[in-house]
Amino acid sequence: MELKTETRQRDEESEISPFKDLLIIFMPDHIIRIFQLALKSLWLHKLRSLLTILGIVFGVCSVIAMLAIGEGASYEAQEQIKNLGSQNIILQSVKPPEEQKISGAAENFALDYGLKYSDLKRIRATIPGITIIVPGRIVREYIWNATRRVDGEIVGTVPWYPEMRNQRVIRGRFFSEVEMDYSANVCVISSDTAQILFPISNPIGKEVRVGGTYYRVVGILESQKVTKSSTDVSPQKATVYRIFIPLNTARARFGETILKRRSGSTEVERVELHEATVKVSDPKLVVSVSQSINTLLKRGHKKKDYEIIVPLELLKRAERTKQIFNIVLGSIAAISLLVGGIGIMNIMLATVTERTREIGIRRALGAKRRDIVTQFLVESVMLSGTGGLIGVLFGITIPFMVTAFANMKTIITLWSPLLAFSISALVGIVFGLYPAIRAAKMDPVEALRHE
Amino acid sequence: MPKSIAKLVDVQKTYLMGLVTVQALRGISLDINEGEYVSIMGPSGCGKSTLLNLLGCLDRPTSGHYYLGELDVSKMDDDALSEVRGKRLGFIFQSYNLIQQLTVIENIEVPLFYQNISPSVGRKKATEFANRVGLENRLHHKPFELSGGQQQRVAIARALVNEPLVILADEPTGNLDSKSGVEILQIFDELHSQGKTIIVVTHDENIAKRAERTIRLRDGMVESNTRNR
Ligand SMILES: Nc1ncnc2c1ncn2[C@@H]1O[C@H](COP(=O)(O)OP(=O)(O)OP(=O)(O)O)[C@@H](O)[C@H]1O
Ligand SMILES: [Mg+2]
Repeated sequence: MELKTETRQRDEESEISPFKDLLIIFMPDHIIRIFQLALKSLWLHKLRSLLTILGIVFGVCSVIAMLAIGEGASYEAQEQIKNLGSQNIILQSVKPPEEQKISGAAENFALDYGLKYSDLKRIRATIPGITIIVPGRIVREYIWNATRRVDGEIVGTVPWYPEMRNQRVIRGRFFSEVEMDYSANVCVISSDTAQILFPISNPIGKEVRVGGTYYRVVGILESQKVTKSSTDVSPQKATVYRIFIPLNTARARFGETILKRRSGSTEVERVELHEATVKVSDPKLVVSVSQSINTLLKRGHKKKDYEIIVPLELLKRAERTKQIFNIVLGSIAAISLLVGGIGIMNIMLATVTERTREIGIRRALGAKRRDIVTQFLVESVMLSGTGGLIGVLFGITIPFMVTAFANMKTIITLWSPLLAFSISALVGIVFGLYPAIRAAKMDPVEALRHE
Repeated sequence: MPKSIAKLVDVQKTYLMGLVTVQALRGISLDINEGEYVSIMGPSGCGKSTLLNLLGCLDRPTSGHYYLGELDVSKMDDDALSEVRGKRLGFIFQSYNLIQQLTVIENIEVPLFYQNISPSVGRKKATEFANRVGLENRLHHKPFELSGGQQQRVAIARALVNEPLVILADEPTGNLDSKSGVEILQIFDELHSQGKTIIVVTHDENIAKRAERTIRLRDGMVESNTRNR
């Protein structure tokens, strides 16, 4: 009578058991037990477990280290490109390839090529929303007003220099396009220069002398604060005395011809403009602006004696290269982890065979197939997880050492250790699954009879 | 009227070995009642272990029915059989079959673990049963540090810890000297007096006589089924 009620109770238990089992899986006590058990079994074969773990360690740590080094290298490349300015388009004069052949044959021959000032004017007139920056020609020379003089810089530049540099004209005006076109002897002086050369009078309309040439002052430009290196203590040198003259005037006065001597023959090249930078106010328009500039320049130049460099495109290309690099790296990583995974599978298969009898005993004592699967899967995941963890530690240390000893920039992104670790854990599951299932599929009677 | 706890109806077990079929059991019908102490005897190869494995739900009959309590075990799937083994049956083997890397107490806890009993409750229960078989001083020893008799007592504690309906023993004293063998048999007697159902496979007439009933097998069939008292 008593036993009968007991059996009833047991049946009810077994009816709700599927749900109960699911709940139990999340019981911390139970999970701790499973892990303790796995640890104990792995500890039984310390060397074997260690070697298996090493397989994963090397995989994971090489992935992280290589990613960090690659990331560092591509960061540096991108920084260099970014320094050119992602909003900029750089125009450069290049020697046309056909001319090189001819000049090789000719003895003395003046070669005229490259970008012209008129090209810039055309671009400026056609395309809105851009600023063209032309590096000024700078010549160091004494600047005289009668007997007063200052050791200054004569800057040959374009009429839109103030807007390009964001500097204000305090008095008078900047020189004009017309003065530029006619290479007029006019100049704009910086306020510092004005203070030295014209301490009491108004410089506008007066003339300053540089060498043998007189320049009429048309305006005063607010002085730019030039930051010198901190080692330079002398306060006088902190200010640079400048006068600005039209680029064409500067070219006429100070020369623009480049002489090159090459194996016997003297080569003379004339380039009006070596380089100009086009700054596009809307970064989205950079590519389309560069295309318009190209068509504009193509119309004016018979030969391709110029080059258009778009840092933004270079940046995109660098990013694409990085992506390819990452894919290659990913495959190497995948292969090394695959090897580690095969190691795990090998060991787990050996373990399962060795412990056939234990499996039989556990099955006889009420273990279900999934209990056996869990037991062996936890062991293999523990192997790969430990390997992954150690691999992450090494993988993070190695880039620091590379930076310290090889002076290479390395960047460890947050996702790379996370990714490497989760892949290693996944490897444990994938490669542990087959041995675990094999263990669970064993017939209890056969397993118990196993020696 | 005594309650039937294990009932076999025309059970057959056939093994297929390549092209040859081996008929290990050829139609066995049995009825074992609650609280009975039964021994199974017979010459080697007659199918005793096969029968015990079927009774222990480690295997399913090729044909026929097996009712354990009111459950028809012959129709159950693997998970259900595991459940039945864990909840209703206790095994004692000739070679003890302890898990070598676990201590005595941990070995006794194994069946409880699979019944999802919390470790603290399990530890208490396992200690209680270890005490019952006189192993209170060996709880944290590994099996290889114990004598055969002690190991078999661990196995008994492990078989009892889930409070099974039936205890199944396959030549439990086969590997033991006569003194420790007798100790094990005394534990069986004690369990029987407490109302446990026990089925023992043996080659030893003296052991068989301690049981209330002896079933003799020959060539996979029941030769005789006699009461000893
Ligand atoms: N897995 C198996 N595959 C094939 N034949 C088997 C298998 N298990 C048992 N047999 C056969 O079934 C028959 C009964 O075997 P069983 O192990 O039950 O004998 P037993 O009575 O326990 O013998 P012993 O007293 O030697 O332990 C034997 O002929 C044996 O060869
Ligand atoms: Mg046998």
